[in-house]
Amino acid sequence: MNGTRAGFIILIVAGLAAPLLGIYPTFLMKCWCFALFACAFNLLLGYTGLLSFGHAAFLGAAGYITGHTVKVMGFPPELGILTGTAFAAALGYLFGSLAIRRQGIYFAMITLALAQMLYFVWVQLDFTGGEDGLQGVPRSMLFGVIDLANNTNLYYMVFALFLAGFFLIYRVIHSPFGQVLKSIRENEPRAISLGYDVDRYKLLAFVLSAGLAGLAGATKTIVFQLASLTDAHWHMSGQVVLMTLLGGLGTVFGPVVGAFVIIGLQNQLADKVGSWVQVIMGVIFVVCVLAFRRGIVGEIQALFRRP
Amino acid sequence: MFELLGITPQALFSQLLVGLINGSFYAILSLGLAVIFGMLNIINFSHGAQYMIGAFIAWIGLTQVGQWIGDPQFKLSYWVVLIVAPLLVGALGILTERTMLSRLYKLDHLYGLLLTFGLALIFEGLFRYWYGVSGQPYEIPEVLQGGINLGFMFLPKYRAWVVVASLVVCVATWYVIERTKLGSYLRAGTENPKLVQAFGINLPLMITLTYGFGVALAAFAGVLAAPIFSVSPLMGADLIIVVFAVVVIGGMGSILGSIVTGLGLGLIEGLTKVFYPEGSAVVVFVIMVIVLLVRPAGLFGREK
Repeated sequence: MNGTRAGFIILIVAGLAAPLLGIYPTFLMKCWCFALFACAFNLLLGYTGLLSFGHAAFLGAAGYITGHTVKVMGFPPELGILTGTAFAAALGYLFGSLAIRRQGIYFAMITLALAQMLYFVWVQLDFTGGEDGLQGVPRSMLFGVIDLANNTNLYYMVFALFLAGFFLIYRVIHSPFGQVLKSIRENEPRAISLGYDVDRYKLLAFVLSAGLAGLAGATKTIVFQLASLTDAHWHMSGQVVLMTLLGGLGTVFGPVVGAFVIIGLQNQLADKVGSWVQVIMGVIFVVCVLAFRRGIVGEIQALFRRP
Repeated sequence: MFELLGITPQALFSQLLVGLINGSFYAILSLGLAVIFGMLNIINFSHGAQYMIGAFIAWIGLTQVGQWIGDPQFKLSYWVVLIVAPLLVGALGILTERTMLSRLYKLDHLYGLLLTFGLALIFEGLFRYWYGVSGQPYEIPEVLQGGINLGFMFLPKYRAWVVVASLVVCVATWYVIERTKLGSYLRAGTENPKLVQAFGINLPLMITLTYGFGVALAAFAGVLAAPIFSVSPLMGADLIIVVFAVVVIGGMGSILGSIVTGLGLGLIEGLTKVFYPEGSAVVVFVIMVIVLLVRPAGLFGREK
């Protein structure tokens, strides 16, 4: 696995060095949050074969809970992030146990519908601030000593959280548990006949993925000091599918690459083409599905893996 | 009795009518999804976008075409558009099926969902770019303006027409699929495509036409909806997610099941608006959760 080791080294070095190169730190932090979000999603679609079309629910929910606990209840950031993540994982347990009752295409529709239901709940609850979102979440002291108002400190916290999540996913994929997930993806009836309680494995994968998506959402709220409806909308669920697909479904580094490309593109395009951004995202989607199903990282791997 | 609950019969019946109208749209759209799913084994995520395009064709026909050809008096009337829009959108669907969807049949079904999701983004984005997000008003055709006083409630003619027209289309579709020779080919194709092809039936052509017909239904619903909801690029997206929930509740195995579930859920939604307005946006989803807990395969489903 030399390629993987090289990938890890590049990732860590690039992550540590990036703010020194003068790249706008908020942009980088946004990218890491979405990279984690996409990796969490990839654990489910890429390694377990479950397409959740409602993953924004976990990103958005964790954002609101973290925002509320930090802003109104005065939680320190570490505890706020933890609460948000735990809430997303619990939500994942709930949604997951409903959605795994059906397979394939129905699974996607159920997760989408559940996420939309939660979206309407956020719209109606008062503490979320409706269309304006939950604004002005303070960046206080991490563990009581590190000042998050400083962008460099904040950046390294975000990067550390990303790495922690990323490494956890990597370990999960390469554990016996991860092997069972892959066997479910490849041939579910066979996994059942080998005696695995498939539903339990699926549910655990779902909870893990939801929790990590929540971690991304919680971190994002601290970075932007804002939790909004955008993060809970189905557009966001579509975006994370796109990032994963473009980067490479079922590859370790694919979602990270995909997240950087998509967020970078949106950043570049937003002020130049305005509402064409959505059309361009749609076109990338269609091209990926029709002609580029292995994604960027998948194609690179195929290049090196000559017979 | 109604007065006891603090609700006038007028309010109750008018909300029930609104519910029935929403239910008609759920029925047509979930019917289209079911027909497409039966033959193509994909969930057509762009169904909402195609519904939106149908409504936009109606609006463009009434207000824009005249300016385009330099004769402001020229208009495509509602009745013309009711035929033209489904034909145009159906043709667009056939084009999409031939050039894109047909390449995906051998792959996992999820790719079809992802492709049509991408298409939905493109359609929605284009119309947003052209016409903005604010809704455009569409005038009710003259014949159907006004209403009838039924004594216990006031029935707007147009709303009655929408319910009747959708029911007729739904029942006609059901009849064609369940009671005619063409429909029997279609059902056989759903059951066992290879065998049907071995009997010399041109299955790829049938698949293409099925997709065209399914999306034409969506466009028809869009034209019906144009005078009721304002015509906007976003009108389809939120609706289609509710329709997905409807499809999960009903299951896609049965044509009649789709129709009944759609109408029923519309009515329940209307009732919720009367008794607990805050819950009306989520009631369909809540029912979906209950159905998943009690009967995971769906009311009319036969999974596996």
